[in-house]
Amino acid sequence: MSYQEKKNIVSLISSLLIFGIYSFYVFQKYQDRSLDQTDAFSFWGAFILILIPVTIAAKIIISIAFSIFYNVTTNEKEPSFADELDKLIALKATRNSHYGFVFGFLLAMGSLVLHMQPSVMFIILICSGLASEIVGVVSQLYYYRKGV
Amino acid sequence: MGKSLIGNNVRKLRFNHNEMTQQQLADQVGVTRQTIVTIEKGNYSPSLELAFRIARVFGLPLEDVFFLEDHQ
Repeated sequence: MSYQEKKNIVSLISSLLIFGIYSFYVFQKYQDRSLDQTDAFSFWGAFILILIPVTIAAKIIISIAFSIFYNVTTNEKEPSFADELDKLIALKATRNSHYGFVFGFLLAMGSLVLHMQPSVMFIILICSGLASEIVGVVSQLYYYRKGV
Repeated sequence: MGKSLIGNNVRKLRFNHNEMTQQQLADQVGVTRQTIVTIEKGNYSPSLELAFRIARVFGLPLEDVFFLEDHQ
């Protein structure tokens, strides 16, 4: 398995772990509180705004740790640049990821049309964010393995 | 996606050039080893620029390294 494939697998696992741990922590903290409409919007806004920097920071740390671990275990240096294949795969994966998010966004809007709770809309939006990230990483894995 | 219509002799040419490794070829043409692996498997058709650079490493014209596969 190549460095790029291993990196994508680590990225996939870390995304799921970060999202899972963060969601578990937040919902444990707030599960007993009943939120009125204004509080609910504030809660979901904060959930998303805090999730973004937490994910970025955790991913940077995990990426550095993986790099060190890879160097130590394989005695190989990770590629220091992205070549034409890497760029093409990243572009295609980003496109697939965007399709995933747009689908989730439309579902979220659909939930509002069907007069569901606003929290349902936020949950769909957040889940589609996670799903789009997974789609992106799995696409990269697929393209590295099967070619473009 | 998958097998491209462009075939190549890169693996054979590497072997004939003092058993050059994929990493050595990758370093000479300025790509990662993964890209050479993917090209050799026929899963990626390189850009014209990269194809010319690979051919130059082997000192051969482009058509001796890459060719259009006959899918009949």
